[in-house]
Amino acid sequence: MTDIPPVEEVEAPLVDPNEVRITINGHEVVSTKGEMVIAAAARAGDYIPHFCYHPRMEPVGMCRMCMVDIDGGRGPMLQPACMVPVSPGMKVDTESPATKRAQEGIIELLLANHPLDCPVCDKGGECPLQDQSFSHGPGESRYVEEKRHYEKPIAISDIVFLDRERCILCDRCTRFADEVAGDALIQFNSRGNNTHITTFPDEPFSSYFSGNTVQICPVGALTAKPYRFKARPWDLSQQESTCTTCSVGCRTVVQSSHDELLRYMGVDSDPVNHGWLCDRGRFNFESVKSADRVLQPLVRQADVFQPATWSTALAEAAGLILAANAAGGPKSIAVIGGARGTNEDAFAWSRLGHEVIGTPNVYSQMGDGLPADLLLLDRATIDQAATATTIVLLAPDLKEELPVLYLRLREAAEKKRSRIIEFAPKQSGLTRNAWRHFAYEPGTQVAAVEKALADPEIAAQLAKGSVVVVAGRGNLAETSTATVQAIRTVLDATPGSRILPAFRRGNVVGALQVGMRTADGGLDTRAALQAAADGKIECLVLVGADPLTDFPDTDLARRALAGARRIVAVDTFLTPSAKLANVVLAASAYAEKSGTTTNIEGRVTTVAQQVTPAGNTRADWMIATELALELGGDFAYETIDDVTADIAWHVVGYEAITPQALAAAKDGIIAALPPAMAAVKLLEAVIPERNSYDFRLVVSRTMYDQATGTANSPSLAHLAAQTAVHLHPLDLGKVGTTEGATVKMSSTRATIVLNVVADPAVLRGTAWVPFNHSGANVGDLIDCTAAVNDVRIENL
Amino acid sequence: MSRLNEANVILAKEIIGRYPKARSATIPLLHLSQQQNGYVTNEAMAQIAQLVGATSAEVLGTATFYEMFKFEPVGKYLVNICGTLSCALMGSETLLHHAEEKLGVKAGGTTEDGLFTLERAECQAACTEAPCLQVNYRYRYKVTTAELDELLDDLAAGRLDGEVPPHGTVARVRQHIPADKGVGAVHPDAVVAPPAWITEGAK
Repeated sequence: MTDIPPVEEVEAPLVDPNEVRITINGHEVVSTKGEMVIAAAARAGDYIPHFCYHPRMEPVGMCRMCMVDIDGGRGPMLQPACMVPVSPGMKVDTESPATKRAQEGIIELLLANHPLDCPVCDKGGECPLQDQSFSHGPGESRYVEEKRHYEKPIAISDIVFLDRERCILCDRCTRFADEVAGDALIQFNSRGNNTHITTFPDEPFSSYFSGNTVQICPVGALTAKPYRFKARPWDLSQQESTCTTCSVGCRTVVQSSHDELLRYMGVDSDPVNHGWLCDRGRFNFESVKSADRVLQPLVRQADVFQPATWSTALAEAAGLILAANAAGGPKSIAVIGGARGTNEDAFAWSRLGHEVIGTPNVYSQMGDGLPADLLLLDRATIDQAATATTIVLLAPDLKEELPVLYLRLREAAEKKRSRIIEFAPKQSGLTRNAWRHFAYEPGTQVAAVEKALADPEIAAQLAKGSVVVVAGRGNLAETSTATVQAIRTVLDATPGSRILPAFRRGNVVGALQVGMRTADGGLDTRAALQAAADGKIECLVLVGADPLTDFPDTDLARRALAGARRIVAVDTFLTPSAKLANVVLAASAYAEKSGTTTNIEGRVTTVAQQVTPAGNTRADWMIATELALELGGDFAYETIDDVTADIAWHVVGYEAITPQALAAAKDGIIAALPPAMAAVKLLEAVIPERNSYDFRLVVSRTMYDQATGTANSPSLAHLAAQTAVHLHPLDLGKVGTTEGATVKMSSTRATIVLNVVADPAVLRGTAWVPFNHSGANVGDLIDCTAAVNDVRIENL
Repeated sequence: MSRLNEANVILAKEIIGRYPKARSATIPLLHLSQQQNGYVTNEAMAQIAQLVGATSAEVLGTATFYEMFKFEPVGKYLVNICGTLSCALMGSETLLHHAEEKLGVKAGGTTEDGLFTLERAECQAACTEAPCLQVNYRYRYKVTTAELDELLDDLAAGRLDGEVPPHGTVARVRQHIPADKGVGAVHPDAVVAPPAWITEGAK
């Protein structure tokens, strides 16, 4: 040290004013102001045992397990490390005799009432209480009294079971429900000697995020139906993966035993999901195991599907495509879908479409998103959105469609980091956290946005700091034109603002970016379906796409599938659309194939294969590669890494995303903005006046609907409600109906019959119907070429 | 009738108006519902949750902490006989057994006519007056078995109606605080300046 030559004008070293130096077990640890001792110790590698503390929630100091000797200047004393913030010069001893005595005492107390049923407990083997009893417990107990008894277990929701005997009252699940999910439906009851967790009578813990409480429970008190008594933790093998149920891209661990998928757990990815998952993403793995999967290729012969070998089916599919090409040229072939697979699947299929078949008609959105050129705008990350000064929501109900994004934005509002300005046709899950909520009648978004921007208070808020616009399709029963204009209006008024696309389908952003998008003059999904309905499509290739269920305008989808001369479907289930195909190529499902996926931010993460593909199914990219060979193209792909590397080589923005780079990047890599995409022609939006007798139709999705993943997961399927029309309570009189009554609802297209629900979240003069629910199909009413859809509701 | 009646809903809104945060009114409203029904019903808790902007589970969690909120019907008169040290030394056990004999119910039970609920209570902070008891939280000091008989007879006959209101009534007189007499507490979120004891102390 003495050899360092003196430097002139030595600048004082930059000291972070928030830096706090403390000593833990004799070594110095650099911490920051406000950090709790337990977090500083964890970073420094000094583990402090705990049960109630969770890094993503506020500390409560309930369990007392983290008591350690802390000397803040007045001598060492036992204090809970999760409740004491660091202070300069603090000395912490996590291994002192007093600490050990405290830890042993707490374990002994916790076990006084905890049943020792570890051999039959689902948590046994991965249980913090079990582990810490071994590592920090006294080994024996002085308590000989009878333990407390409760009814074992009670169902606190359709999915989650609670065994109160095992509960150690750590407050994790109740804190999660209140703080993180915003559904304070479970609480401590009879606090005191008889404290226990309950729901209110007849009000179950029906949170969309209830599965997280099972994951964070430090004992076996909370268990989830799909995993109860299915496996022991030491029998599980696991791999880190990414959930592709929606496009948030939550990191997960996929666990299986004996080649059977058993459980998903959230992984704490700091930029994405903070360890949380929604129940749909967590539990819909059951659909992968469904007995209704398409397990082998099917070829239609004399109007009946016959199982076929891959070579027969591929030859048949190639024959259909060649015949279509011969009959109408490549432009008479359209490829729809690709958003449900991996980037590799989408890339292989886009190469097949664009290069081998030579058609520009390739598109991965299903008419329920926004134009893909929004992806070219300056894009925000989820972190940027959750730390923005102002979040402008011009999006569907995020709680229903992108649930974990809802959690992130809700946290931003709850912690007063961000103010949310929401424009929506109906109140959403985030409305109660919104600083300003503007309800608009479909078609009037632009006017609503302009009016809001003219408000000096809102203008001042937008000028105050960073602005992120969360943009998506709030209403399937109107064109996206008005929404796009409204988004542009906000972006123009707030220079420097960024956009976070709330596109919902699993890998839709990845599919669009790697090539499942129209080339010049190509037809997007709506245009392709229209062309098919007009008899101009010789062959329709559905890559995991089900227009009959997913495309908002069911009538157009129906006419398109009837009008297309040949249909090739690639799917995991025999969906209503696949049932009409000439050839069904059986695809592998999630967790049966590996690859990469791209989330709404453009973050590319890995998807892992954990189980053997069911039956005789194959990954979509393999099918595309084989089909290309049949059609005279050779992609030369042998492994999934070949495809990933080929994407890095060919796709602008994905250059750095090689298999090696992905293996090293824990939280994935954000792909650069894509190159120009052929702009989708927006439909002219002339918004007609609403007849005062009519209701303007609002249609959007809910978390649980008839989607294949939900409908084929026994634990979730029954959570999907019957369809119903939701009207504002004050509008019921206008129709002359009452809650629960049956009404007739007609548009220019059709008439459907459904029940009425009085719902104050709905704007007066509009009627909201959830999309893709069982019962009458609201898609029958929607004309996707109309700017807005009005319906007349009559009493039956 | 187990929800708050119309008059009480109006009262509930007045009570909520006294607090900067609506959910601060949870406990006063629980009292109100107990006054109306003699105990706190599930329907009332769900209604209170709506009124104060909480979930029913939160209201239940708060209410069940308090021994004095009852969740099942109790008698018109709740007789709490103290069983803690001073009273025990002065013969509260005899008193309790005597009451059990007279009312024909064990401690914790309610008479068939719905008039009395008998309870053994923890210290009522009247040790100098042991043994003591409370009827609907109104004290009786240095109670003998004869006095207890007389008390129960008087209550049953309605001779003490002026003194002991039915269970659930915290006070016969309800205060109505005019808006201009409120303390004017601001919502915690609306507080921008640090408190005076910090700013003044720094000087």
